Order: sequence, then C-alpha cells, then structure tokens
Amino acid sequence: MRKEILDTTTLDQEGLKKLDAYIEGLRGNKEEQLIHVLHHAQQIFGYLPKNLQWYIANQLNMPSAKVNGVVTFYSLFSEEPRGKYTVSVCMGTACFVKGAEKVLDRILELTKSEKGKMSDDGLFTVQDVRCIGACGLAPVVTINEKVYGNVKINEVDDIIRRYKRGDQHAS
Amino acid sequence: MKLIDKMINCTVNGMDITVEKGTSVLDAAAKAGVHIPTLCHLNLHDLNAVNQSANCRVCVVEDENSGRLVPSCSQEVYDGMNIETDSLKAVMGRRTSLELLLSNHPQDCLTCIKNLDCELQSLAHEMNIKEIHYQGEKMKHPIDTTSQAIHKDPNKCIMCRRCITMCNDVQTVGVLSPLKRGFDVVVATAFHMDMGDTSCTYCGQCVSVCPTGALAEMDASSKVWKRLNNPKKHVIVQVAPAVRVALGEEFGYDPGEISTGKIVSALRRLGFDTVFDTNFGADLTIVEEAKELVDRIEGGGPMPMLTSCCPAWVQFIEQQFPELLDVPSTCKSPQSMVGSLAKTYYAEQNNIDPEDITMVSIMPCVAKKAEAAREELSVEGHYNVDYVLTTRELARMIKEAAIDFKTLRDDSFDQLLGESTGAAAIFGTTGGVIEAASRTAYEMVTGKELKKVDFKDLRGIDGIREATIEMNGTKLRIGIAHELGNARKLLEDIRDGKSHFDAIEIMACPGGCIGGGGQPYHHGKSEILKKRAESIYKIDMGSEVRKSHENPMVKKVYKDFLETPGSKRAKELLHTTYSAKERI
Repeated sequence: MRKEILDTTTLDQEGLKKLDAYIEGLRGNKEEQLIHVLHHAQQIFGYLPKNLQWYIANQLNMPSAKVNGVVTFYSLFSEEPRGKYTVSVCMGTACFVKGAEKVLDRILELTKSEKGKMSDDGLFTVQDVRCIGACGLAPVVTINEKVYGNVKINEVDDIIRRYKRGDQHAS
Repeated sequence: MKLIDKMINCTVNGMDITVEKGTSVLDAAAKAGVHIPTLCHLNLHDLNAVNQSANCRVCVVEDENSGRLVPSCSQEVYDGMNIETDSLKAVMGRRTSLELLLSNHPQDCLTCIKNLDCELQSLAHEMNIKEIHYQGEKMKHPIDTTSQAIHKDPNKCIMCRRCITMCNDVQTVGVLSPLKRGFDVVVATAFHMDMGDTSCTYCGQCVSVCPTGALAEMDASSKVWKRLNNPKKHVIVQVAPAVRVALGEEFGYDPGEISTGKIVSALRRLGFDTVFDTNFGADLTIVEEAKELVDRIEGGGPMPMLTSCCPAWVQFIEQQFPELLDVPSTCKSPQSMVGSLAKTYYAEQNNIDPEDITMVSIMPCVAKKAEAAREELSVEGHYNVDYVLTTRELARMIKEAAIDFKTLRDDSFDQLLGESTGAAAIFGTTGGVIEAASRTAYEMVTGKELKKVDFKDLRGIDGIREATIEMNGTKLRIGIAHELGNARKLLEDIRDGKSHFDAIEIMACPGGCIGGGGQPYHHGKSEILKKRAESIYKIDMGSEVRKSHENPMVKKVYKDFLETPGSKRAKELLHTTYSAKERI
C-alpha cells in the first residue's frame, strides 16, 4: 500500500496545480484550514484518494493520519470515486420510522450499486446519512443539491429513471 | 490579580476546601484526600504529556447543585460547587461507563499480554464488576503484527486517546489518529496502513501509556526460548543501562532498586551461555563518538554532532529531517557495538563460528527491536543483534521459568565485553550520553586529567537544556533534548540557522531510556522515572572508574583488535550509515 500512497503521478496533474494554487493563496495557519482544502480538493478531483490525502498532508506539513482522520470523520468526504449523482437517504429517527430503509434498499436495487460505492455506469453513489434536519418532510432523499420530501416507495422508480435519462429537472 | 481572587471554595464529600481557579474536580478531590477512579486520564505534566480527553466517563462524579454527573478529569471547579464522589448516582454512573466499555472488550484477560498489568482490568476489580449487563455489537478489526516492534490489537482499544496524545502532541510523529466516527471509530494509522509501512519511529511511548493490551511490544521471548534450547547455539545476552534500575519493579521492589547482580544471575539461570554488558558498548561508543567529535571540531564540521544511540531518534531524523543526515554521529548504538564485537572479536578469541552465535539484547526500548533488523547493522551477513527483549519480556521469562528473583545472589558479567564505567551507566537517562562524552572529549582535547567528572549542568528533566563546557579555552556548546517533540524544536532551529551547538544529545523517550517503551509500566506516575534516574547516577557515583576511555577492557579491545579509536576496523565494525526515508 505504501507505494500506491506515495505515487502521486496517477493524479490529474492539472488538478494538483489548481490545488497548489489554492493552498498557496490561503492566509494564516494552513493546517487549521484542512477542511477547506479537502473540500476544494474533492471539488477538483471528485473524491479524495489516498495518494491525494498524502499529497495534501505534505503540502500542509501535517501527518497523513490526521488528514485521513478528518476525511473519514465527515460523511461528505469520500475516499471512493463518486457517481455523477450523490443520492443521500436520511436515516434520522423520523425518516427511519417512515420507511427510509425500504427507500434506500429500492434505490440501491434500481441503481445496481452498493451503499457508498459508485454504480458501474458511473451515475450514482448512494449513501445513508444522519438526520439532515428536515424531519417534517420525512422520509427525505437528496440527490446532489435537490431535496425530495415525503418520498413514497412507488415514487422512487420514477425519480431514479429521470436521472438515468438525464431529464431530472422535469417534475 | 491577587492570589485571593484566584481562589474559590468548593465542597468534596462534605469537606470544605479552597482551590485555585481552573482546578479540575479530580485535582480538587485529590487535595481533599479523595480518590476518584480514572482511565483515559493521563497526567505526566512535568513531562508535558497530559491526556484529558474525557472520553471514557469512568471518572464521573455528582455535582450536587445541578444533580448532574460530570467528568472530574476535565470539569473545572466553580465557586460553591458541591461535589459528591460516592453518591449512589456517581458510583452507578461510573459502573455503567465501565460496563459499557467492557461490553465491547474481548474477555481474554487470562492470555492477554497485559494480564495483571491492565488498567481496565484493575478498574473492573476495584469497581467490583461481577457481571456485564450490556450485550451488543463488538469491534472486529485485524491485528497488526507488521512492525518488528509494536503489536497493535484495536479490538482491545478503549478510545482513551493516550497513545494519540503521545504520538502527536509529545512526539510529533503523528502516526496514530482516530479514524471514522461513532461506533466505527478506530485508532489507526493513515489509511489503515500496516504499522511497518508508516513513519512510526517505534519509540513505544504509545505502548507505555496504553491502559489495555491494545498496544504492546512484539514479544520475542518464544524465539529466544527456542535458541536457548538449541544446544548448537552459543547464546549471548547483553543488558542495557536502564534495565538494571527498573526490572526490580516487576518483582515487587521499589522503583529505582538497582538489581544488576540479580539480573546477571537470572540470565545465567535462564540458560544464556555468556552474559555481556551493554554498558561496555556504551563506553566504547563514547570513545568512538568523542574521537569523532574531536575530529569534527578540528576538521571543521559538520557541526553540530548529534548522538546516535537512540533508534527512535535515528528513525525520526531519517524521516522528518532528511536534509540533516550528515549531523548524527556515525557511531552504532551500544547494543550494536556489543553485538558486532561478540560476533567478531569474541568469536575469534573463543574459536566460535559467528554463525552459531545468537545475540540477544535486554533493552528498555521497543525501537531497539526495529534497530536490530536494520540491514546496515550487520557484519558479513550476520546481524549484530538477533533478538531484542524488553525489560518487561525479560521479567515474564524469569517468572515463566519460576526463578525466585528476590533470592538470587549477585553475579557479575562475563568478559571480554562485561566491564563498564560510571560514564556508561548514565547512558540510561537524559543528559547522560553527552556527559559521558564530555568526560572523554575533555581529556582528548586538553590532554589533561579531568578532576571534576560531574557535569551537573547537563542533568535535569527539562525537555530542552543547554550548557557550555570549557575545554582549554574553547567553549563546547551542548544541547540536550528528550522526547521527539523537543528534538524537533531543536532540529528546526539548527536547520534554520537559529541556534548553534557543537554537540547535541537526543533521546526519544521522556527522561531518556529510563522512560523507554519497554520498561515496566509507570501508569502515569512520573516519580517512578525520577527514582530510576537517581539510581542511574548512584551507579555512576559508586563506580571506581568513571570515564569511558579508562575502561580497562575497552583499552584491551583497542590493543588486541581495533587498534585506535576511529581506525579502519573500528569504522567497519562500529560505525553505520543513515538514509532518507519518505514520511507517510
């Protein structure tokens, strides 16, 4: 694994330049701005592979274990490649009681993916998340920035189909 | 602010006491003579190592004013606070916390390496836990045995984070970190890498503070037993300076008991064919190192010269300061020097094939295990040292062999590599190596006899110390650091040209080798380390010869075999090289 982590040549070099410029432009204690750097890196690369985390650790002069600790703490950071659409199913108490688990299972079935892993067609990454604070809309599913409330199990097929077709904006 | 403004009043179990503002409930209770059980808490404040994560909730007490349970280690006392440490609510609160921890802990105490030395086990006993009322999911993580030095079993981890404090805050190595969150949290290396692949220096300070068996030494005793039971092998053992002032603790002696003679005796009883003294190697190291220092001063550098006996420190500089690799002394550590000579000089003198020699070291250190496996530390395909046992492993072997340690008579080391001076003894504590080197360098430089051998300015417990020694008009500027975080500060200043020293001693562990990761557990009591240090100086004071270059056997080795300090043969056998390593 050591070799794989130390090898940053497999990363998009243009992306690294962008990231370097971002880090360069940070003011004050850079180590304290780790979360911003990670957020920015994920925007550039789509996810945070191990060698990228190591690269960031070096740029910020901090241990890679600490970087990895932060990345694995926040569910919005991903160490795996992510699909075009991130489907988050809220598993807070209200959503759970209102059948979120069934919704999640159905979405996984439809997208032919495993929880947290990108679907083979590269379109979806389905994950469960903690309470997102929209209990009045339970059960809640978010797909990228869009929020779907009061999701009924028989509506799930339609929502996912629209994303597959690429006309998700049609309501 | 006047002192009176800083003082506040509180009540602990009905007793009125006055404490300084900012005092923790735990310390306030201690002031009232009340003991509160703790687990994650660690306070080695004079060594700058404090873990106050309030994670385990084993130290909760009741705040009578609010009726709430508060963690006493991190809760500060407020004016008028009324603390009950033994109310039913407090006692039950602590029991619940402990039972929850136990519900997710393997129940294999009988065969655990920490059996009878485990803080979790002691608490379960103290709190009279007879049954664990909770049953739930258990962690299931792979056990890491990939490094030569440290055994990591995350399933025994209770998330106290002491190891993280040591690894990150004290040592600034940063190999361990909590990963994930909630129930999934695990103290791990970055990306769950094998320990052997990380930048771990193997200082073992994580091991020395781990309350359970989650972090421990890689036990080499069964391999050593195998060699001891092989009649074809000539098994030699050597004992480090710091072991003799600590091993006694494992057999009920007070900290600081000097048990050199009994250790030699025990080793013979265990079946070792020859018992050498690492202190002999320490004397030899000093002679080589002093020569190197004098050569560097006269030859114009590179300066400063850094000591190289501490393997964790060597790993640290290779990884963290690869641009400074020309400054450490090229001298091998004392254990390697003894190993090197045992397989050459001693083998030759006694007509033993080096192939048949097994060299075992008893060390206060887990990093020595990794050092022994360094390719650079071998001569003609033979590793200088084959196996390293920590002080704790030796204690276990002695117990296993049912040897009654306390009744053993005092025995002395074998020759040719068994004679040592007071200068070698002090290798075991911070400041000792540089003091020993100064005694020899002084006489090498000035050609005069050093009358006052005690360099008291070099002693002490401060993390970074500086002193100047006058030699024939030239001033030798000396720096000393113990704990790797302090070493880092010193090195950064050198790299940035902010400080100028001629010689620097660095030891990775708090207090030096006496506080090594392989020593009997101090369980957070820094006075134990102080007692060990005092005894080290006592050995020095009581020694007839107190300068390394006056060790008669060292002189003999040069006369018979090595010729002169720094000779071609000495360079071959007693010196080594360093290489930069990627930090990960």
